Amino acid sequence: MTELLQLLTQGIALGAIYGLVALGFVLIYKATEVINFAHGEFLLLGAYTVYAFHAVVGLPFYVAAVLAMLAMAALGWAVERSLLRRMIGRPTFSVAMVTIGLAIVLRQVVAAAAGYDDRVIGDPWGASTVTLAGAQVNVVSLVTVGATAVLFAAFFVFFRRSKYGLAMRATAIDHEAALAVGIPVRQVYALSWMLAAATATVGGVFLAAFPATLSPALGFVAFRAFPAAIVGGLDSPGGAIVGGLLIGVTEMLVQGYQPRFAPWLGNDVHVVASYVLMIAVLVVRPYGLFGTPKVERV
Amino acid sequence: MSRPEGLRTRYGEHTRLLRRRVDRLWVALLLVAIAATPAVLDDAWLSVLTFTAIAAIGAIGLNLLTGFTGQVSLGHAFFIGLGAYTAGYLGGDLRLPVLVWLPAAGLVGALVGLAIGPFAVRLKGIYLGIVTLGLVFLGEYAFQNLRVITGGPQGRAIPSPRIGDVDLADLGALLGLDLSREQSFFYFIAPLLLAATLFAKNVARGRTGRAFQAVRDREIAAAVIGVDVARYKVAAFGLSSFYAAASGALLGSYVRHVTPASFDLFVSVQFVAMVIVGGVGTVYGSIFGALFIVLLPRVVEQLSPILPLASESSAGGGLTLAVLNQVIYGLLIVGFLVAEPLGLAGIWARLRLYFRTWPFSY
Repeated sequence: MTELLQLLTQGIALGAIYGLVALGFVLIYKATEVINFAHGEFLLLGAYTVYAFHAVVGLPFYVAAVLAMLAMAALGWAVERSLLRRMIGRPTFSVAMVTIGLAIVLRQVVAAAAGYDDRVIGDPWGASTVTLAGAQVNVVSLVTVGATAVLFAAFFVFFRRSKYGLAMRATAIDHEAALAVGIPVRQVYALSWMLAAATATVGGVFLAAFPATLSPALGFVAFRAFPAAIVGGLDSPGGAIVGGLLIGVTEMLVQGYQPRFAPWLGNDVHVVASYVLMIAVLVVRPYGLFGTPKVERV
Repeated sequence: MSRPEGLRTRYGEHTRLLRRRVDRLWVALLLVAIAATPAVLDDAWLSVLTFTAIAAIGAIGLNLLTGFTGQVSLGHAFFIGLGAYTAGYLGGDLRLPVLVWLPAAGLVGALVGLAIGPFAVRLKGIYLGIVTLGLVFLGEYAFQNLRVITGGPQGRAIPSPRIGDVDLADLGALLGLDLSREQSFFYFIAPLLLAATLFAKNVARGRTGRAFQAVRDREIAAAVIGVDVARYKVAAFGLSSFYAAASGALLGSYVRHVTPASFDLFVSVQFVAMVIVGGVGTVYGSIFGALFIVLLPRVVEQLSPILPLASESSAGGGLTLAVLNQVIYGLLIVGFLVAEPLGLAGIWARLRLYFRTWPFSY
């Protein structure tokens, strides 16, 4: 029982991170219908920027985090402005490939600049733990879940109540109609990239926090979080968190129980378990659990 | 009756393989050039061409699927691996000749591709891309764990292409000539690439290819005019997987030893890069693209003495050769997509038009 509880709490903490990463995919996809394969590199770059401001420059952690978010937002803007804007109206596949190319370049730039050594990002929570209902929980995990909840709530309010949130929703439904009623679609595109990049910074920090460390391999987490975004539905922020938790808990449970109950499945089953779950969901619901099916015309 | 060059009045003229009489001359010259190549180039460059030919077969397959039918696939590496391991099992463990294992590898790939096909019918665009991405991870997992066939993380040996006692990678011994392995393998692979190109070209210009392109350009409209969308999507997957698996079998046989890491996501990305750089929706473009992508690391390597590179063993980062290679890959993909979406084939077509219409080209 304790073990199950332990695995569940770990799964939820992992799921919260996946949810944050998936939110980054959703923010961009919802407004611009681009899937950003470079999101993992955004996480990586965000985490390294925090590290640079905090450990190298010597700023307090929270100041460093805020500065890094601003810097990443600027990067998101630059990417949209210089690359993605030229790709508007081109096939989805071509656009996705542009982000893959960008991902390759960014990953190598980070690796060349920072090297392959593992680093400690220097967050204020460290390795401390608390005991909740008999399960040992890292403080970082609690903070992760809390921060994710706050972020999702903030985005929910933003989408429902703010002028720009409304503009983003309108753009997501129909670009041309949005343009016709005077919504600055270009600004909306830029804004969604900036928000996604800033969110990636937060995800990157939690990803690099205890028990993990900061290293260029971090960028691959995006591939583990893809299923989360797909399961939830690529255009649903609420789906992102549901998908994230589902994938996170599945992964942890498989990791915890598979070696004992199904050892014949071999190694690293938990890595592919999320993809199996994703394919199963897609067979039943081709646009994910909460995604909107597209209506097509001739 | 003489008509102006390039004016076509019948459909048959448009789909003809060699459109002008002079094209026959070019093809003959090309064949002679291919036959003479091993005598002219040294082994290192022959190896580049052999890798190109193997990659081109895979790239043609991906182009049939992505370029002609418009189905996004990041799962090509999985089918490449499937072919390599099938070749290893049939040719190595069961000691079957190449005439069996090469088609069999292709067929295994095609069957798995056909099994994946129904997903393609149900999923659209980028959702399909991510499912095929999942395929790569599932494949890596399977390759790691099916030790009986794949040898696990250490990988396994893949046999030379043999027919009975004749090793096609060592034709010199048979013919009593002084042929190196590279030269012999080149003579083995070149006809295969020609066959693969010709077959793809025939598919592309025939009824199936037209249906593929109709599905790509607008699915619903294609269905309205009577194209069985589901059938052609599944067929495209099967065909593309056949090419990929055959390419993988040849790759394995050429490099002799493969590990699961030889078939990771980066391989898929490389194939997509070949299609994009070469030219989406063209058969000969895939060969250009393959040559370009295979050649690139060699060129960077040749240039390395004049580049400000960090030492190769540097664990602390810095600009190493590997880093530079990858950065150039990335920049190329982005650059071609943003600036030259038609790829090398597009540049080639423009050049040709320029000279054909000279001196009135603009």
